[in-house]
Amino acid sequence: MSDAKAGGKTVSQGSMEVRFRGGGFAPKAHRWVGVAVFVVLIALVQWGTEAGWISPLTLPKPTDVLATLGGLWESGLLFKQLEPSLRRLVVGAAIGASAGIATGVLIGLFSYIRAGMVPLVAAIFPIPKIALLPLFVIWFGIDEGSKYALIAFGTFTPTVVATYGAVDNVDRSLIRMGQSFGLSWLSIVRKIVLPGAMPGILSGLRISLAIAIILLVAAEMLGAEYGIGAYILEAGALYDLERLFAGVVILSLLGVIVSACIGLIERRLLGWRT
Amino acid sequence: MDIRLDSISHHYGDTEVLRDISLEIPSGQIVCLVGPSGCGKSTLLRLIGGLERPEKGKVLQLGPAPEGSLNPLTFVFQDFALLPWRTVKGNVSLVLEDHGIRGGRAKEIIDDVLARTKLSDFANALPKQLSGGMKQRVAIARALAVKPAVMLMDEPLSALDSQTRDLLMDDLVKLWSRQPFTAVYVTHNLSEAVRLGHTIVVLSRRPGQIREIVTIDTPIQDRRAGDPVCQKKHDLLWGLMREEARAADEELIDV
Repeated sequence: MSDAKAGGKTVSQGSMEVRFRGGGFAPKAHRWVGVAVFVVLIALVQWGTEAGWISPLTLPKPTDVLATLGGLWESGLLFKQLEPSLRRLVVGAAIGASAGIATGVLIGLFSYIRAGMVPLVAAIFPIPKIALLPLFVIWFGIDEGSKYALIAFGTFTPTVVATYGAVDNVDRSLIRMGQSFGLSWLSIVRKIVLPGAMPGILSGLRISLAIAIILLVAAEMLGAEYGIGAYILEAGALYDLERLFAGVVILSLLGVIVSACIGLIERRLLGWRT
Repeated sequence: MDIRLDSISHHYGDTEVLRDISLEIPSGQIVCLVGPSGCGKSTLLRLIGGLERPEKGKVLQLGPAPEGSLNPLTFVFQDFALLPWRTVKGNVSLVLEDHGIRGGRAKEIIDDVLARTKLSDFANALPKQLSGGMKQRVAIARALAVKPAVMLMDEPLSALDSQTRDLLMDDLVKLWSRQPFTAVYVTHNLSEAVRLGHTIVVLSRRPGQIREIVTIDTPIQDRRAGDPVCQKKHDLLWGLMREEARAADEELIDV
């Protein structure tokens, strides 16, 4: 009661308004806050570099980075660097994610496959895939093959783990319902298990695709003529901070675009969620 | 098509849940299974519907299923079990698709069952937009769509508030009087049992055994709340169950 006394407003003699204590813990969408954080940070760096309390060796001027990006765009080099990177990302991630989803669903459905595969996946998950790049070069060749393999392998394991977790989480009572109406095994998998696992699979893909972008750069750093990774590596070797940051900005944008695409798919496919 | 239970016993691990249950479910009647919580009534229903296999005894189907019945033994679940990503229409169509019924024929059946459950205006709604009572009506419409010979209802009204429950009970009575169906109706609510049951089977607490079989002769469409005959049966049932329910409540759950 002492709490209510401390916080409540006295309305009239002997009675007081009950103190509100139910606020918070309910995330709301505030889109503009994210933009504002970016703007403030960039403005701060711009101010610092112009005023001189950030040395040009520490951070490049944001306007210079923008000019570098503009130059890349005008000279057509942007596309030349981006095209092979995007191809590697799309091919590698598509192979890795589809193999991962297929394996995850099989693990979720069959006990023997689960018993055999789960320890195997647990064993390969923590291996830094970049460490295996020399091996991939021997197996798949020095050019595109090894890069596809690296990205595919890196997206595969997190996708498997997310997918079989999602299949495990499908409401058993819905499966029971399907059986009670005499639905075939295939129908139950297609119409109940897969849609039910979709939320988990998609949130797993968010993580897998971010990992795919990281591995893309790693693969390109170890031997590619064109590509964002090669571009960043070259800029770093020359200590050309403007170009290095231009490359980093492109990667960040790539990440944001991928995440937005998954958000879009989620809104379209998962509108049924409460 | 009648159903006969032939001395059924069942264990879960070391726990004996059902002991020597023999019962006849005549067609065209609603048989209510009542008993204290944990007495195995839902297990018995799953055994009848073939979702579980009895350890001892048999569930027999007497005579062929009526012609045109797509799924003779059809469940209505307590938690509705609707696919949240399908509309009302889609949820009904789900159970027809596997029988190769699509397009015009499916539409005919769907329109008919939605009309019978007063859902025609909500055909394109998603389950998340519906109230509990509406969801259960969708589940009943879905069950009707496969023309069941026996409806197996597992506490279908237990997740609903008492007003909705009364309304839905009236709907069930109307559905039955228009076209009598066979049903096994599991409930722990005695007023539901005396309202809907032709026969009420009282199970004892675990291990579930048949304690008493009570029949009510008043036609179900004539039963009213506060009806003296129904009230007497209700009191009789409660007298039978009272001590059992208390003892069951104080039991440790070790399943």
